[in-house]
Amino acid sequence: MNHLDKLESQSVYIFREAYASFKSLAMLWSIGKDSTVLLWLARKAFLGHVPFPLVHIDTSYKMPEMIQYRDALALEWGLNMVYGQNAEALAQKQTFPDGAIDRVSCCKALKSEALRNTLSGKWPRYRMDHNLKKYVPDTNLEPYTGVIVGVRADEEGSRSKERYFSPRDKRNDWDVGDQPPELWNQFKTDFAPGTHIRIHPLLDWTELDIWEYIDREGIPITDLYFDRGEGKRYRSLGCYPCTFPVESKARNIKEIIQELKTGKFKNIAERAGRAQDKEDGGGLETLRRGGYM
Amino acid sequence: MNIVIVGHVDHGKSTVIGRLLADTGSLPQGKLESVKRDCERNAKPFEYAFLLDALKDEQAQGITIDSARCFFKSALREYIIIDAPGHIEFLKNMISGAARAEAALLVIDAKEGIRENSKRHGYLLSMLGIRQVAVCVNKMDLVDYSEKVFNGIEAEYREFLKQIGLKPRAFIPIAAREGENMTGPSDKLSWYKGPSILGMLDTFEKAKKLDEQAFRMPVQAVYKFTESGDDRRIVAGKVESGKISVGDQVVFFPSNKKSEIKSIEQFNAPVAVHAEAGYSTGFTLKEQIYINRGDIMCKAGEPHPSVSSLLKVEVFWMGKNPMVFDKEYKLKLGTAKIPVYLKEILKNIDASDLKQSEKKMIERHEVAECVLETSSPVAFDPASDIEATGRFVIVDQYDIAGGGIVVEMLRDDQSEIREQVILREEKWDYSIVDSLERQKKYGHKPKLILLTGKVGVDKKSIAKELEKLLFESGAKTYFLGIGNLLRGLDADVERQKTARHEHVRRLGEVSHLMMDAGLLVLATASNLNDEELRLLQEITSRDMILIVNVGTNDFRQGIVDLNLDSAHAIQDNVRKVLGLMESSGVFLRS
Repeated sequence: MNHLDKLESQSVYIFREAYASFKSLAMLWSIGKDSTVLLWLARKAFLGHVPFPLVHIDTSYKMPEMIQYRDALALEWGLNMVYGQNAEALAQKQTFPDGAIDRVSCCKALKSEALRNTLSGKWPRYRMDHNLKKYVPDTNLEPYTGVIVGVRADEEGSRSKERYFSPRDKRNDWDVGDQPPELWNQFKTDFAPGTHIRIHPLLDWTELDIWEYIDREGIPITDLYFDRGEGKRYRSLGCYPCTFPVESKARNIKEIIQELKTGKFKNIAERAGRAQDKEDGGGLETLRRGGYM
Repeated sequence: MNIVIVGHVDHGKSTVIGRLLADTGSLPQGKLESVKRDCERNAKPFEYAFLLDALKDEQAQGITIDSARCFFKSALREYIIIDAPGHIEFLKNMISGAARAEAALLVIDAKEGIRENSKRHGYLLSMLGIRQVAVCVNKMDLVDYSEKVFNGIEAEYREFLKQIGLKPRAFIPIAAREGENMTGPSDKLSWYKGPSILGMLDTFEKAKKLDEQAFRMPVQAVYKFTESGDDRRIVAGKVESGKISVGDQVVFFPSNKKSEIKSIEQFNAPVAVHAEAGYSTGFTLKEQIYINRGDIMCKAGEPHPSVSSLLKVEVFWMGKNPMVFDKEYKLKLGTAKIPVYLKEILKNIDASDLKQSEKKMIERHEVAECVLETSSPVAFDPASDIEATGRFVIVDQYDIAGGGIVVEMLRDDQSEIREQVILREEKWDYSIVDSLERQKKYGHKPKLILLTGKVGVDKKSIAKELEKLLFESGAKTYFLGIGNLLRGLDADVERQKTARHEHVRRLGEVSHLMMDAGLLVLATASNLNDEELRLLQEITSRDMILIVNVGTNDFRQGIVDLNLDSAHAIQDNVRKVLGLMESSGVFLRS
């Protein structure tokens, strides 16, 4: 059993435990490489099927290529695709940089709040209708009690402290100081009404593992990650006002792996291109305590 | 490889890791400088631990609150280093970190010496099944790199580990902050001839060969994605030990069901005919048997797991409330989850000094040897035989409050009959008529509907009327009064109280035969008690039997599926039993 086999097996195990434990289960799909690997692992776990909805929080500031890629794959793989957004904040322009608001507050409104209210079913959800090939209002507004998320421990400090099964209270908050014990392959699958559990099958994966697995499995990935002739590529995908491409000439998966192993990114953190992490000295932890992924 | 760093608070665990990351060039570019800058700005001395204590509270308090994963690479291989907190308050976080590890470094402060969490952590490592442990005596700079101090600590701690049966790989003197003996030999410790920390890590071995043990796969689920046009019925799970091939006979415990591996199912992978320990996979079976999540799939002919409702275990408790008697908890073992009670405490152990006491409860951070009783029999192995099916957690309400390992199986009232049934099933000669095919033809599953209640309460009329109704609707059904056995099959058994067990056993075996023939058996027997019902469940298997009580119900809570009022009209009661059969999925929709 090699390193990737082990990671895959553990992730598949977590997926199956989640599916057995939560009646109302959903997976967040951000379109990025990690959550696309996550989607692939779901198909591994369920033998080609994805037996729960995929939820995308659409900030409307995502790069257009991401949305095209999302819908194409949803149609091709027959995915139960759902999106939600903070319509109010968008209408009132409470957004960065065009509104008078900072990055972290923008993230809170467009991501954390939209996520909270989409998961709870308080705000409308839109579901891909595979016959009409477009989104229609979703009639299922039941709260999701299990939410699968593709965060990795190597990304950032607060994520390195996560559990595979991590509870969120009624307000969607994360109590980092008092996390449940997690022993061997036994996870926290019981939860009080009104609370939910985040499930993290990718916790033990590194950025390099992700790319090596994409390469091994032949997973389709959006080409925003590759240099398309401008000497720049995205290393991590997000909203365009806060995510910056890196200087790189890597044009395909093999070149990216090379770059991470021995090249210029060997010792540079992946989220270095994410501006919101840098604010207030612990930006991502602040966001994550309040429900961010 | 996953390595955990444990030890008493402030003995320098995070510093060991921080220094290791820094000295091996494993930190992201600029990280060291930025942490140093932060320290300067806040006028506090730089600590390597700050590289790891990522949470705001951790930096503010200067302690590690929760286990963190650090990724790091030596020339030999990749590591995940788990930094576990040393403060007693965060013991559950230490345990969560350590439970993921294959090997451990235990850090002891040379100046402060062995403290209670040095011992407690050592004890818990041994209980968690971590056998590869190296002890680092840190802060040697504070004792002038004295060999004598080091030897003193080594002798004392070795003695402690001996008592708990743990053989350390090495004792290593270091000064993590100064970088002495971290990645190579140290001049200041020239008297020491053993490996450095990095050298030690590379000598830890991978987990022991699990595929050489008996095959065990706790069933996570049985999938059938018919709606997506997929007709495969796939038994899914992770192979925890052993190996299996297409064509092998398998047995599921505790249900005793048998089948044969037809295929191994995977997505986007080449066709496989073998599966071995470590892989999460899926199987289709030749004989379509009904199995549940929680069953353990085993290979026929290999040593089978223990099955009992009594388990002698070692438990450590992390719950805010102590573990007490007469309270229902949930036991999670493998993929099974069932109600469990604390039946007896054999001894309470303070893991920090191994002092024993006898108490009426198991308190937070305490270890105890005790007996657990599950509400129904569960399949498991002693942890010393197969770890994965010998460890468990205990859930109190919504929270995992305890963890533990099975020391041994204890025999319960049904052990004898259970062993007979296991043997019966092992030797059972199946017909070539597939049981699911039979069900399809008959339009229903086989089932024993057992009506019981006090003498004088009319159970037979209900059973007979129901039989007639089912028969007329085309079901294969049969009324079986226990009295019909007395002068025939039971003619050799005395008719007195002491022989009741044998009468009930024979009723069970006859019902079992009839169900194997696909029938809906409507059996009646008066005055059955809890133990006799359990006996019938053992013989026929739990999911094959529906228990209906007529009149006063004196049974243990939860054992009776339906209670009928004897004063109600027979037809009303017949309808209620029919309703129970419908809701239990007895009838197949055509």
